[in-house]
Amino acid sequence: MLMNLFKFKGGVKPPTNKTQSVTLPIAQAPLPSRLVVPLHQSIGGTPRPVVAAGDKVLKGQLIGEADGWISAAVHAPTSGTVVEVAMHVQPHPSGLDALCVVIEPDGRDEWIPREAVDYKALTPEEVRERLQQAGVVGLGGAVFPTHGKLTASKTVPMEELIINGAECEPFITCDDLLMRERAEEVVRGIGIFRDLLQPKKVLIGIEDNKPEAAAAMRAAVDALQEPFLVVPVPTLYPAGGAKQLIRVLTGKEVPAAKRSTDLGVQCFNVATAYTAWRAIAHGEPVVSRLVTVTGNVHAPRNYEVLIGTPMDELLKLATPHPDTDGIIMGGPMMGFLVPDPHVPVVKATNCLIAHDDRLFPPKPPEMPCIRCGACAQACPHELQPFEMYWFARAKNFGKTQEYHIFDCIECGCCSFVCPSRIPLVQYFRFAKSEIWAREREKNAADGAKARFEFKQLREEREKAEKAEKLARAAAAQAAKKAAEAAAAAAAGGDAAETAAAAPEVAPAAVDAAKEAKKATIEAAMARAKAQREAAQPKNVEALSGAQQKEIDEIEARRQVAHLTDADAASPAGEKTE
Amino acid sequence: MDILLAIAIMALGAVVLGAALGFASIKFKVEGDPLVDKIDAILPQTQCGQCGYPGCKPYAEAIAKGEEINKCPPGGVEGVQRLADLLGREVKPLDAEEKPKQIAIIDENTCIGCTLCIQACPVDAIVGAAKQMHTIVAPLCTGCELCLPPCPVECIRMEPIAENIDNWKWKYPVVEIKAAALKEAA
Ligand code: SF4
Ligand code: SF4
Ligand code: SF4
Ligand code: SF4
Repeated sequence: MLMNLFKFKGGVKPPTNKTQSVTLPIAQAPLPSRLVVPLHQSIGGTPRPVVAAGDKVLKGQLIGEADGWISAAVHAPTSGTVVEVAMHVQPHPSGLDALCVVIEPDGRDEWIPREAVDYKALTPEEVRERLQQAGVVGLGGAVFPTHGKLTASKTVPMEELIINGAECEPFITCDDLLMRERAEEVVRGIGIFRDLLQPKKVLIGIEDNKPEAAAAMRAAVDALQEPFLVVPVPTLYPAGGAKQLIRVLTGKEVPAAKRSTDLGVQCFNVATAYTAWRAIAHGEPVVSRLVTVTGNVHAPRNYEVLIGTPMDELLKLATPHPDTDGIIMGGPMMGFLVPDPHVPVVKATNCLIAHDDRLFPPKPPEMPCIRCGACAQACPHELQPFEMYWFARAKNFGKTQEYHIFDCIECGCCSFVCPSRIPLVQYFRFAKSEIWAREREKNAADGAKARFEFKQLREEREKAEKAEKLARAAAAQAAKKAAEAAAAAAAGGDAAETAAAAPEVAPAAVDAAKEAKKATIEAAMARAKAQREAAQPKNVEALSGAQQKEIDEIEARRQVAHLTDADAASPAGEKTE
Repeated sequence: MDILLAIAIMALGAVVLGAALGFASIKFKVEGDPLVDKIDAILPQTQCGQCGYPGCKPYAEAIAKGEEINKCPPGGVEGVQRLADLLGREVKPLDAEEKPKQIAIIDENTCIGCTLCIQACPVDAIVGAAKQMHTIVAPLCTGCELCLPPCPVECIRMEPIAENIDNWKWKYPVVEIKAAALKEAA
């Protein structure tokens, strides 16, 4: 089927190096000696560990519970014993540690009871919840929790659902093999996304250098009688970037500040659709993924790998050449050298490339920018990398933002074409993380300022309240005295007639009576004022039903624990009365 | 006659414009002192008093009145730089040692629950109650060290904030031009 394709500006054509790893079918990687499963494998909140050292776990058992809506659960990749929950080095350019669950496999690979459901019988909320519980995240590399992308915008009708099978990055072939061998399940997974988002069209974009994958997908779509369109897109890096693919297939441009659903389009990776189907229809959480192992190795191939498998053990399966001196995770354009060969495979790991100087010759030193503009022509986002470079280098971060540095997807096209071999992307990453750090600091400072000012305000208020209480007590005292004096005067001066008959006593009595009256008025006014001011502590005004309920529950618990004593006024209670 | 007309027009213009200006000055009145607010926005809001003023805002006010700009250790050299840029003054070296960012930690086994630290904390980052264990709410702690001196059992210590994956930053790219030249020369 022919359809009108759009184009994105720029792009480059690096050597694809894909043929090496597509000759062999997908193989199951054997159980490794040890699995190190990082808890934080997706964008969003870090899952909380729910196992401890010594626990026995089954394959697919929950080990990290999602923390908040944008967060995805983590599961044990095989059955065995938890050795420790500890900090281990991560497959992250920083080379820093993060919390991991270390599991020693028992070799049985025994599943938890798997519950297959017919998702058509579930509400959309339940499907999203299940996807979150199963740890389904975007497997294209961004690892955004999938359930978080499955809600259509309320105002904009969903036009297109884009399924990303472009896989534009050199060397990587895991999506290609997935589509060739497991097309049916991919298509069924796309069906789930379609039913949740209700788009008008579903477009599956596959780069035209993967005819076998496209044919397999077409066959599966026909076999399942789905109205999905399989669209070959021209091979041009980075056609597989979500924004580029959306642009090519629909002509829509998604700005950095907007979500794609606001434009009525959403994009998922084929591998994500596959895992979503496994999670819903087979009850299998994400415990493994396809990884291309290639580069400087004898037998490049795609493996189905358990999450947590140490990268060096995985690389050994493909017998790396002896001069291998590092492992690149991801592709040569956007990937990075892992800080330690033992780091585990995670959900974001789509490819391991054995690094050596023949495949990746060391870059000659950087030269000054000659402002040739090649980078601007190559940039798929129509940015001006040389300007951003200039300002990032000068640490003028405000200016880099004026040149839209946050629209940069770090695709590496600009660095690829730069005749001066300037590592432009590194400068952009540096600038972005500096800007983020500043933003964090700014927010922290604003918070501290607000809290400081509030504390001062509170101290003032407490002081005023105390002074007032003292004044009130003094007034009451005075009133009492005056009343006593008046009573004494009245008693001594023979009641009413004395006021008229004996003018010499009157002034004193009248004075005392006046005093008493004034004092009572003052005391009453002070009381009224105090009442007005202490009327209601601010934070319990306008409580929602749930909050009120929570408070009541806590009160009840406190009552049970004898923490509140109705008549014993605590000092805190006195203060806020 | 013409002269009178001209004068009348000018006078009318003056009255209208004057009214407009007067109205604008009421309508768009700037609250507070904008310079103090700008300075305050640069100060780190640690509220530690190391500058000799009881908080960042008073120091900001003092700077606006001519006080030196290099007295805030938490702001560091970068803070001095930014203040200098804002005020058009000269950059001066910091008047104290620059410290890494830190937070306070209470040894909860030793704490006797005297509540003195709560009163000292300028940003309400300590929770606890009389005769109960106290603890620091780490994300709110500014690292001002003001809770250290009042503690009678000295159970509060400061710890530098370690680098982790969430606050890690990409480093400034190494410019290799010089390194290569050196290697060749060697
Ligand atoms: S390609 Fe390189 S040399 Fe040319 S303008 Fe861009 S940064 Fe400068
Ligand atoms: S890395 Fe950023 S600036 Fe460079 S080509 Fe890609 S999107 Fe453009
Ligand atoms: S020294 Fe402390 S109180 Fe003074 S301005 Fe700096 S952070 Fe604020
Ligand atoms: S000052 Fe020290 S002992 Fe007192 S409550 Fe604070 S931490 Fe505990």
